[in-house]
Amino acid sequence: MTSIHRHYNVSSANALHVYAFSVHFQMKVKVLSRNPDDYVRETKLDIQRVPRNYDPSLHPFEVSREYTRALNATKLERVFAKPFLASLDGHRDGVNCMAKHTKSLSTLLSGSCDGEVKMWNLTKHDCVRTLQAHEGFVRGIVVRYCGTSFFTVGDDKTIKQWKMEAPGYGEAEEPLNTILGKTVFTGLDHHQKEAVFATCGQQVDIWDEQRSSPIRSFTWGVDSFSSVRFNPVETELLASCASDRSIVLYDMRESAPLKKVIMTMRSNTLCWNPMEAYHFTCANEDYNLYTYDMRNLDRPFMVHMDHVSAVLDVDYSPTGKEFVSASFDKTIRIFQKDGGHSREVYHTKRMQHVICVKWSADNKYILSGSDEMNIRLWKANAAEKLGVLAPREKQAINYNQKLKEKFQHHPQIRRITHHRHLPKNIYHQTKELRIMKEARKRKERNVRKHSRPGTVPVVSEKEKHVVTVVK
Amino acid sequence: SMAASKSDPFPGPAPIPKERVQKFKRKDKAKKPRHQHFKLRDMMKRSDEASEMSQKQAARFDLLLPEDAGFLEGDEDEDTCTISQEDIAEAVDITSGAKYFNLKLSQFGPYRVDYSKTGRHLLLGGRRGHVACIDWQSKHLMCEINVMESVNDVKWLHSEAMYAVAQKKWLYIYDSNGIELHCIRKFNDVLRMQFLPYHFLLATASATSFLQYLDVSVGKEVAAFCTKTGRLDVMCQNPHNAIIHLGHPNGTVTLWSPNQKEALVKMLCHQGGVRSVTVDKTGMYMVTSGLDKKLKVYDIRAFKPLKSYFLPAGASCLSLSQRGLLSAATGDVVQVYRDVWSAPVTKPYMAHRVRGSVWGLHFCPFEDVLGVGHGDGFTSMLVPGAGEPNFDGLDANPYRSAKQRQEWEVKALLEKIQPELISLDPTELGYVDRATFEQRHRDRVQALGYDPLAKEKFVPKYKKKGRSSAGAVERRKKQVAHEDQRDEIRKTVEDKMKMEKEIKERAQKKAALSNQKSALDRFKK
Repeated sequence: MTSIHRHYNVSSANALHVYAFSVHFQMKVKVLSRNPDDYVRETKLDIQRVPRNYDPSLHPFEVSREYTRALNATKLERVFAKPFLASLDGHRDGVNCMAKHTKSLSTLLSGSCDGEVKMWNLTKHDCVRTLQAHEGFVRGIVVRYCGTSFFTVGDDKTIKQWKMEAPGYGEAEEPLNTILGKTVFTGLDHHQKEAVFATCGQQVDIWDEQRSSPIRSFTWGVDSFSSVRFNPVETELLASCASDRSIVLYDMRESAPLKKVIMTMRSNTLCWNPMEAYHFTCANEDYNLYTYDMRNLDRPFMVHMDHVSAVLDVDYSPTGKEFVSASFDKTIRIFQKDGGHSREVYHTKRMQHVICVKWSADNKYILSGSDEMNIRLWKANAAEKLGVLAPREKQAINYNQKLKEKFQHHPQIRRITHHRHLPKNIYHQTKELRIMKEARKRKERNVRKHSRPGTVPVVSEKEKHVVTVVK
Repeated sequence: SMAASKSDPFPGPAPIPKERVQKFKRKDKAKKPRHQHFKLRDMMKRSDEASEMSQKQAARFDLLLPEDAGFLEGDEDEDTCTISQEDIAEAVDITSGAKYFNLKLSQFGPYRVDYSKTGRHLLLGGRRGHVACIDWQSKHLMCEINVMESVNDVKWLHSEAMYAVAQKKWLYIYDSNGIELHCIRKFNDVLRMQFLPYHFLLATASATSFLQYLDVSVGKEVAAFCTKTGRLDVMCQNPHNAIIHLGHPNGTVTLWSPNQKEALVKMLCHQGGVRSVTVDKTGMYMVTSGLDKKLKVYDIRAFKPLKSYFLPAGASCLSLSQRGLLSAATGDVVQVYRDVWSAPVTKPYMAHRVRGSVWGLHFCPFEDVLGVGHGDGFTSMLVPGAGEPNFDGLDANPYRSAKQRQEWEVKALLEKIQPELISLDPTELGYVDRATFEQRHRDRVQALGYDPLAKEKFVPKYKKKGRSSAGAVERRKKQVAHEDQRDEIRKTVEDKMKMEKEIKERAQKKAALSNQKSALDRFKK
């Protein structure tokens, strides 16, 4: 009789070999047999076991399912897009300027048109300190880099330096230092690392904190400047917006301005990109914002178009990838640094002309100060969930974000992503501006068609807005 | 020192076997866009790199899969098809041996079989009205009813909570406790059903040649087509693209999607009627059997016949397992074949005789088990190597708890695919829509109701003081017409000149490359 080996199923590590005598043949057989202990959790307190197999044949319809998930994610983003957080009430006149505290995320300083400066605690949404800084508008306010004091300039031709701590009981609010100037100052900015600040008014002055007269003054044939900004990365560079529709670049170490670019309309303010040392964005009166590369000023690197009235203020996000702009049409818009159109627009019935805007240093909030004496706190990412997120929540959010990015070009998804409700006047104004623009383009095309080829050159949109660069 | 000079004997990342990488490969790298699109090129490059990385990671993960597939190997001189089920059941462990069992139900007619998607639950429907659902591994009877009517087909819906029964007149939906939930009168005389799991669609084929789709999540009929091809009792689905295959008595197999009233494809497969159709899970191969006793294998992506076998008794039921084993049944014999499409098959892998004539066949997902419904009841037979050894816990998990099932159901409903996306190529959404200009123009004309590009007829302005006499108007019209004509001529001449210049340049380049001198060169301009 032939001996027979019967091999038992070897699904576990220990194989049992049983030898038995039986009938004919010798075969090797294994039938799938799973041990439930490997697939079911041991106790109620464990997490469930989820074995994975990424074989594509087990997961059919990849593209369609991902598309459906992306569509759901897009729709949910619009459902959860509630950006307005709080309104800081207390000023008795329009808010003219704001300053971020350099060391504390929850403090904001704001100056109003009646000379009042208020310090706000953003977590409690209330005003911590009020002081009467100037008679007339507070034109500029900036916190020193160390965070222990702040400077204000006003319509009463003074520069004042104040302590950051509130005065003790019974003491009056007194500035640390007052500098009297000869002319009105319209803007103020402080150096990132040294005890130096710059003001602009009739000329751009560089001041040392210990001196009472400017250490250097830059003029270039213009009689009024509207804003001045230090470059946060290349800390010796400055830029200012002048009333002859130009933007002037200075180096603090030199005695004369570097160069200037003259545009078709005046810029109100400008802001340097905190991550890219050579880019700055200026908010212009012709409803656009222009991002320039300071090394090549003869054409802007990008033209950002979406506002329907003059753009009054601009501020960059600390990541340097996006910026927010405040406009005379009562909206604020968030643009990407290389995007020609805005990705988001915030508006409220109660918010009137927005004069100043700031992006908080933790990249999460946007603060807007407007004509009607309120400062509003918004979320930078409208559908974001604030607070501590569980790791699974974060994973789900990241996955949804990636899905939306992947399918952003599909028409249905693009339609939902781009849809924003706009106030009726802005909606109609946008349409009207588009019709006007198209009419102009059509006219130019016709003129080009009916004249000798070459006499009417094609000027790109970017070059159209720059008149000249002067060195 | 010695330690510093030691170098890695296997530098670089571990190599991945080619077949594994091929298994996870998606489509080839996309074409690079043209010159000026810097941003787009950058984005495409990054996405290609990320895609390749994720494919390689998935291929590496394959190493960690816990289970191996089953197998059955006999001696050198021995046929595996002569090994009986009892022998296999004795040779394997107790749990696997218990998977071979017979249910003697001779009273209520031949049985139709369906396993749920996870493979845990079994649904039996007898011709004379007996419907039972069982958790077949623990032999726990979930429900057992007699619907008092003839039952044509039974099908599980998306989970073990509900199933559909095609009864003599109408379509009924029951709960897993046997409670009748719905009686859908719109679906009458249903003979066969197929459930599309990712679309939550129940496709039904009726005796009145209607193919209807029911969305079971919303409860609406999505589409109904009169196929005009007679009684529809041969039906299967392609799990890869959710297309329904119908077999007809004139030997054709037609492919249907809920978006088109006509069949997408009509294939002539057999010389007689088609008896059974089945498609494998990758959507690559279709196996059909007909009244001409032939078993044919087709490549369904290219619609080409691959193999044709002669079965002495034909095959009335066909079923394909997850690992590509084909089971064919005639009369009361069930035969299982392996590798029908790659190598020529001469003999079956396994065979088994059941007690009654076979009426329904279904491989159990994720188990090495074939369920046979026949005239004498139900037989569950062991087929080593049939089931996919490693399931995905997030998709179909036989060991899921109630909570996991609830979570899975919610997620599946949220990502339910709309029926508009069903087409022959399931990845169609991933392609760039390169509709030609003409196509887009035609769509725009249809949408707007008029042609926006069409030039409006020139109507000259009516001038006063007698300047709009007939002659003057005609003169003005002629002037505009002449100018337009001049524009057109100028354009065509320009285009022609450009083309000629290009041809000349190309010829010159060619000549320069080939450097052949001919006597006529000096006459060339």
